[in-house]
Amino acid sequence: MNRKKIIEKTKEFLSDEFEVEIDLILPDNNLQKTLDLDSLDYVDLVVVIEDSFGFKVTGEDFKEIVTFNDFFDLIENKLKK
Amino acid sequence: MGNRVVITGIGIYSCIGENLEEVKKSLYEGKSGIVIDPLRTEMGYQSALTGMVKDPHLKPFLSRRERIGMHQPAQYAFMSTKEALEMAGMDIDYLEKNETGIIFGNDSTAGAVIETIDKIREKKDTSLVGSGAIFQNMNCTINMNLSTIYKLKGINFTVSAACASGSHSIGLAHLLIKQGLQERVVCGGAQEINEYAMGSFDALGAFSSKQSTPTKACSPFDRDRDGLVPSGGGATLILESLESAEKRGATILAEVCGYGFSSNGDHISNPNLDGQVRSLEMVLKQSNLTAKDIDYISAHATSTPVGDSVEAQAILKVLGSQTPVSSTKSMTGHECWMAGASEVIYSILMMQNDFVAPNINFENPDEDSAKINVIPETKKDYKINTFLSNSFGFGGTNSSLIIKKWARGE
Repeated sequence: MNRKKIIEKTKEFLSDEFEVEIDLILPDNNLQKTLDLDSLDYVDLVVVIEDSFGFKVTGEDFKEIVTFNDFFDLIENKLKK
Repeated sequence: MGNRVVITGIGIYSCIGENLEEVKKSLYEGKSGIVIDPLRTEMGYQSALTGMVKDPHLKPFLSRRERIGMHQPAQYAFMSTKEALEMAGMDIDYLEKNETGIIFGNDSTAGAVIETIDKIREKKDTSLVGSGAIFQNMNCTINMNLSTIYKLKGINFTVSAACASGSHSIGLAHLLIKQGLQERVVCGGAQEINEYAMGSFDALGAFSSKQSTPTKACSPFDRDRDGLVPSGGGATLILESLESAEKRGATILAEVCGYGFSSNGDHISNPNLDGQVRSLEMVLKQSNLTAKDIDYISAHATSTPVGDSVEAQAILKVLGSQTPVSSTKSMTGHECWMAGASEVIYSILMMQNDFVAPNINFENPDEDSAKINVIPETKKDYKINTFLSNSFGFGGTNSSLIIKKWARGE
């Protein structure tokens, strides 16, 4: 899956799960603030990533994530592995 | 004496209507909400009869975070609570600034628990269950969800007392307000309707076998009754001290006069005449009323052969043979954890609209029901000033409430 497709798919499931307009999911926007995530929402983020891409992330993986771009990188890197 | 306790809001989400107006019409017309659930037939239920409600569409009212911890009990309770609070004129802003408690009746979350466990079995990884499951799974799911949504800051716990849960929740809320410990309490009961919820109850062979005639299946007090029909939904009442209600200029619907209760201390499922009699005697005493003051009895009668007979004997012994009696379960089925609250609401609707809802399917009395005044058809133009509502549950828990039409001077 190329980066464009990864971004497209990621935007779609984030928008569906967290009920945020897809247009707000922009590479430089802050992931936590845009999606209004609290600690419980990160539990659901793990679930939707697994549902969408078939791999599991952990809390550690989220530590360096600030923007959506960081998040897209995380998905891309995990898929490459 | 203590504070007078009044009801300033009611809300209902049931198989005979999704709001007060629809339910009032069904009660008046004697309309049954009982159907066959094909899923139960597939699962090997002995009886697939049930009351049925739709899963409510909550997205217009609640955020994702507010919805995610809700399964059927909390969803149904939200719908009835929304209606009750609107009637009482209490919004979130008011509730946040004025300490209000919540005591809700609920005794299962089978659907939510089974869905969660199925997912863990499939994924073999609990971290893939999601954040909402725990708040759906716990028996206090309604309290957790509603207290969070409505910013409630008073007493907050769930009453689990089998089929008397809803009634005890009203009784306990009444006591807290009467003693001056709370000014306002949201109370009620809810009961899940899904194919997982009633399998173990059906195992007892306690459900009606009249599957070819669903609307005729539940026939409390009738000679040929052969078992109950499970059902569910949500029912909410807003109880308030008279002082609080008058200060707000609220419309007062009724007054809770008294609460009687007892435990049989006997068999785990069989009813017990002495236990029921003690509950009835206590509620009369607590209300400072006598049998002749009661204009209507909302019976617990579920349509089981033994249960209805014992209740008829208890009514005859404590309340006499003349007072009109009906079991709205003939139309709704047995709303279990919700029943004690929903049946108080049904009776308030009758009181407000001058009728007694019929005990449908009562065609022939048996030896015990022949001795009390069971109402088989809608009793029109009948004024109810004071009614008594009975609820009895497994484990021998009994609860009786007396509610009176609101009158300032009394």
